[in-house]
Amino acid sequence: MNESVLEKLKILAESARYDVSCSSSGTSRPNREGTIGSAAGWGICHSFAEDGRCISLLKVMLTNSCMYDCAYCINRRSNDIPRATLAVSELVDLTIEFYRRNYIEGLFLSSGIVRSPDYTMERLVRIVKDLRTVHRFNGYIHMKSIPGAGRELVQEAGLYADRLSVNIEIPKEESLKMLAPEKDFQSVFAPMRYIRDGVLQSAEERKRFRHAPRFAPAGQSTQMIIGATPETDNDILRVSSALYKRPTMKRVYYSGFVPVNGYDNRLPALKQPPLVRENRLYQADWLLRFYQFKVEEIVDDSYPLLDLEVDPKLAWALRHPECFPVDINRADYEMILRVPGIGVKSAKLIVASRRYGRLSAEQLKKIGVVMKKARYFITCNELPMLTVNELKPENVRRLLTQKKNRKQDDRQLILLFREQEQE
Amino acid sequence: MHIFIYDKTPEGLLTVVFDAYSRKIFPDLLLGEGEPLPLFHDEIYTVVTDEDKANRVWNALEKKLSKVALSMITVSWLSELPEIGLLLFRYIRKNIDAPCAVEMNFGDPDVLELSKIWKKVGQEKHRVQQFLRFQKAADGTYFAAMEPLYNVLPLNIAFLKDRFADQQWLVYDLKREYGYYYDLHEVIEVRFPEKEPHLLSGLLSEDIMDKDEILFQQLWKQYFKSIAVKERINPKLQRQFMPVRFWKYLTEKQG
Repeated sequence: MNESVLEKLKILAESARYDVSCSSSGTSRPNREGTIGSAAGWGICHSFAEDGRCISLLKVMLTNSCMYDCAYCINRRSNDIPRATLAVSELVDLTIEFYRRNYIEGLFLSSGIVRSPDYTMERLVRIVKDLRTVHRFNGYIHMKSIPGAGRELVQEAGLYADRLSVNIEIPKEESLKMLAPEKDFQSVFAPMRYIRDGVLQSAEERKRFRHAPRFAPAGQSTQMIIGATPETDNDILRVSSALYKRPTMKRVYYSGFVPVNGYDNRLPALKQPPLVRENRLYQADWLLRFYQFKVEEIVDDSYPLLDLEVDPKLAWALRHPECFPVDINRADYEMILRVPGIGVKSAKLIVASRRYGRLSAEQLKKIGVVMKKARYFITCNELPMLTVNELKPENVRRLLTQKKNRKQDDRQLILLFREQEQE
Repeated sequence: MHIFIYDKTPEGLLTVVFDAYSRKIFPDLLLGEGEPLPLFHDEIYTVVTDEDKANRVWNALEKKLSKVALSMITVSWLSELPEIGLLLFRYIRKNIDAPCAVEMNFGDPDVLELSKIWKKVGQEKHRVQQFLRFQKAADGTYFAAMEPLYNVLPLNIAFLKDRFADQQWLVYDLKREYGYYYDLHEVIEVRFPEKEPHLLSGLLSEDIMDKDEILFQQLWKQYFKSIAVKERINPKLQRQFMPVRFWKYLTEKQG
């Protein structure tokens, strides 16, 4: 370990940072005699970078040299950027020493593709295997499964990694073909299938033999780039929803496109990554996973894009005033969950507390319901308020999207000068 | 107004509960010894902490309350908030008086308030797990210091012992001036009558650091800088997740 690693780490972290996933959840594994570390099932974020994103794992590439030329990627072959490769011992030292200082939960290992997908995958597997068996590292490991890698290698990787992931990147195959000529859907979905098969098979074996090895206990995740190609939110969310229906897919990440290769005219010229759209997609993703929404309730062919002004749950409520108002003291949990301004936590608290007596608006507010939104969609112990039905959805929408006026000082006299209308 | 004076220990509080029921007089205010009295009061009763009485109350609670509710009582106690004694007293009393426990009635202001304090203490506990940073000393001990808002170090011992099982460590609470030391076998509580500089600043000075410590700190700072996407800089979000009060002892935020 010496100073030269500093420069390499800089290059390889900068190359790895566009991968969104950094979660360390999904595996709970206590320390075993003679090993280093443990895995906390809920995941721990150890720091937050200047961009506000969680740093949980040491997210680094083995090498950022790559034989592919994907238009959206910083590491594409035709880019003139500094390239570096970490030695295995350097990578192991970094992981373990960072871990011992409580900087990280573990390692997120990825790599550019060198020589062939199988060759690259084999190198990654060897490192992860070394970490586990030679260095007895018991912390969290997330490993990228290289698109196009063979079944045997994925099978082996799953024995050592907690989570495996293959990035779809582009939600439609024709766009992927255009931007990443060396990749196709087959090369992405095949490793995904291998991972799923591995997890299911291991679960089956563990039913019979308690000590059968676990396979990628934290399942798999994937990522899609948003705004680099013309796909609508409808296209994107349908892919996510289909993925979530398959077992073992834990998370789909959305990455607002950062124009890293401005010169490539197959890509749109964006001034800024589409952060609001990215946020709305995550909200929609949450509705799919935790709020029992179906994808066609959030977007369909007549609403192919998510509303940037209001969140998808509010947008659904405004399109369906006939489902409201919801009676907080009687309605099912599922329906309470649909009220804008009530999240999973408050919905559970409501259902638990109303057994002791009727809940009032004041109590709801204390429990954590955002009454500013929820008031138009509920009735509780008080006399009914003006709900979305009386006010009409468009007015509720206006009330909720109004920009807050700057606070005015009461002592200041306000003179109204009407602007002269121009002829 | 009835005032009870107790020794501000958990056993003391449980004795308060016992005495209140046996005297059929319930306190409106709980004070520690030597705390100033309000202007108007009917009666002052000084509670003498009694292990047996405390155990009887606790056993009764164990019978009636769920594990979560019991942990709510013990964990919230560590918040050290001035009003926590009286709040816990009311919470315990409500649970004893009701035919079945009221722990899930979040419409009740005391139950809700206590669950909020419990969550806050839990969050602070989690933040120790997140933002604790070890520095390796020349003798091989890993040292970390923090100033948590609540007294949450004891809640993290099991986690730290499990995770850092094969290294000696010392975690130190600078505000409460005590810590825990792990010698590869067991964890012991430690207090230092004489404070060395790192027990005041929370940071090891270079002359007592391990020879590679500076290098790994530099590497971590470099990584922290490089992993941020420049096009998405968002200091507000960063501060929201990682409040500024922790930055003082975070390696990546040092000069």
